[in-house]
Amino acid sequence: MSMLSGALLGVDAGPAPQAPPHASHVRRNLFATLALALVFGTAARVIELRPLELIRDAGNIGVFLRGYLHPSFAHLGEYAWQCVVTVCIALWGTLLAVTIAVPLGLLGARNVAPHRVVYFAARRLMDVLRAVNEFVFALMFVTAVGLGPFAGMLALGIHTGGVLGKLLSETIESIDPGQVEGVAAVGAGRLHVIGFGVVPQVLPNFLSYILLRFESDIRSASVIGMVGGGGIGFYLWDTIRAFNDREAATVILLIVVMVMAVDVISSRIRRLAI
Amino acid sequence: MACRASLNLHVRVTTRQRSERSVAAVMTVPMSPVISLDGAGKVYGNTSALEAVSATIHPGQFVAIIGRSGAGKTTLLRCLACATSLTHGTIRFGDVDLAHLRGRGLRAHRQRVGMVYQQFNLVKRLRVIDNVLVGRLAHLRGWRRWAALARRFSATERDVALRCLHQMGLLDRVWQRADTLSGGEQQRVAIARILAQQPRVILADEPVASLDVLNGRRIMDSLRRVATATNLTVVATLHHVDYARAYADRILGLRAGKLVFNGSPVDLDDARLVDIFGELPEPLEGRDATRLASLA
Repeated sequence: MSMLSGALLGVDAGPAPQAPPHASHVRRNLFATLALALVFGTAARVIELRPLELIRDAGNIGVFLRGYLHPSFAHLGEYAWQCVVTVCIALWGTLLAVTIAVPLGLLGARNVAPHRVVYFAARRLMDVLRAVNEFVFALMFVTAVGLGPFAGMLALGIHTGGVLGKLLSETIESIDPGQVEGVAAVGAGRLHVIGFGVVPQVLPNFLSYILLRFESDIRSASVIGMVGGGGIGFYLWDTIRAFNDREAATVILLIVVMVMAVDVISSRIRRLAI
Repeated sequence: MACRASLNLHVRVTTRQRSERSVAAVMTVPMSPVISLDGAGKVYGNTSALEAVSATIHPGQFVAIIGRSGAGKTTLLRCLACATSLTHGTIRFGDVDLAHLRGRGLRAHRQRVGMVYQQFNLVKRLRVIDNVLVGRLAHLRGWRRWAALARRFSATERDVALRCLHQMGLLDRVWQRADTLSGGEQQRVAIARILAQQPRVILADEPVASLDVLNGRRIMDSLRRVATATNLTVVATLHHVDYARAYADRILGLRAGKLVFNGSPVDLDDARLVDIFGELPEPLEGRDATRLASLA
């Protein structure tokens, strides 16, 4: 029985058009697989990847972890306070990052930058801020402002400023140009075009990025103390280095609880704000 | 009667600029052209989008630009809006040559020209009232310009925006986000934004192409009503000849970038349509055609 019915019955479409020649992808896929295997194989040699040793020395890991099964709560209050300090470092670090990211993100977006030179300079500055790790910045600021949370906050803020600036500029470049054109067409000035045409379009994504980076900053702030940036990281480093496993277990436990709590809170804020 | 009512309303809307542009006064001024095109041409790469287009448009006229896709209608409109510059010839807006406009002068020109887009170009995440208040941005002076960045507008500006929305029958949508409205409603918000902008000319790029015939008719009715009531000049590119015949005082026909027709709707016979489109365009069908024909 014919599959056609109704209006299509009896319609003669004529000779079927010739299908385009089917290109075989087998050779291309084979080449890509071999190339990837070569890259990963070389990388494995570089990092001395020896997975069998993980199984052979599993007993050592067990001995190491056994000390962590009985955390000590003798200094819980002090560690908890350092967690608060860590959250404060991340809070102010993220605020500093947003302050850096907004102008850099706007100037580093091709469709908003007033001039190509400004665009290029803003992009390269963001590259520098992102390329230098927050630990390196922390070492620099420790020598400038001394040991403590302030140096950690500056390090986090400046590095995250580069990351957020890059994300913001990418978001701005992908907005709907029609909405911006609609605002510019009324004769509005550049700031008004940004305020009414650009900001409403990028705000939800940017808020989401800020919250994500805040979570990331909490994790970074909890280890930045290892290089003198203050917060719980200092105690983590101190207890591990002294083989004080029970104390180290408490610190790690508190860090996990802190990260989970921040994750839950920031998810709620994201749902409310966006 | 409807025109009279909307005229009264618009006069109230524009009260604060009444001394400059009384509606009655504008309607009696001598008709010097508001837009003059002299040998206007635009080339994109190797493609000539506009070729030596010369025409004048007078205050209060409703001009429709028709032609096939790629005939140069949108290019012409974008040149008039200073969104792109001419390759040859000149466009004068009153006494001002658009070729020399930069910075503040360009913004002042844009303030005098209201744009209606096919895709409405509203800021979708903003409320309807904020979208209309965008039309007031170029009128703000001093610290009010800075306050506007925080969405702080004076009671007077808000009053103007509300009256414009009332004129477009959208007062019940004031606090909604623009992207929650239907296409026809969004286009009416866009026209309310232009009313708030208080331009001298409205340029409409395929204003009804994204709408069904009923909504398209409402939009064209609104444009016509506003133009008649305030003596605004409207230049609209239109896809359907029936709309052009029903609403325009004058029609410009473009074919491959050249102006092949410049006359009144009654002169647009089948032979002229073939000149413009290369064949007779398909008319609207059924009740829609009857409705539009009754307006013509």
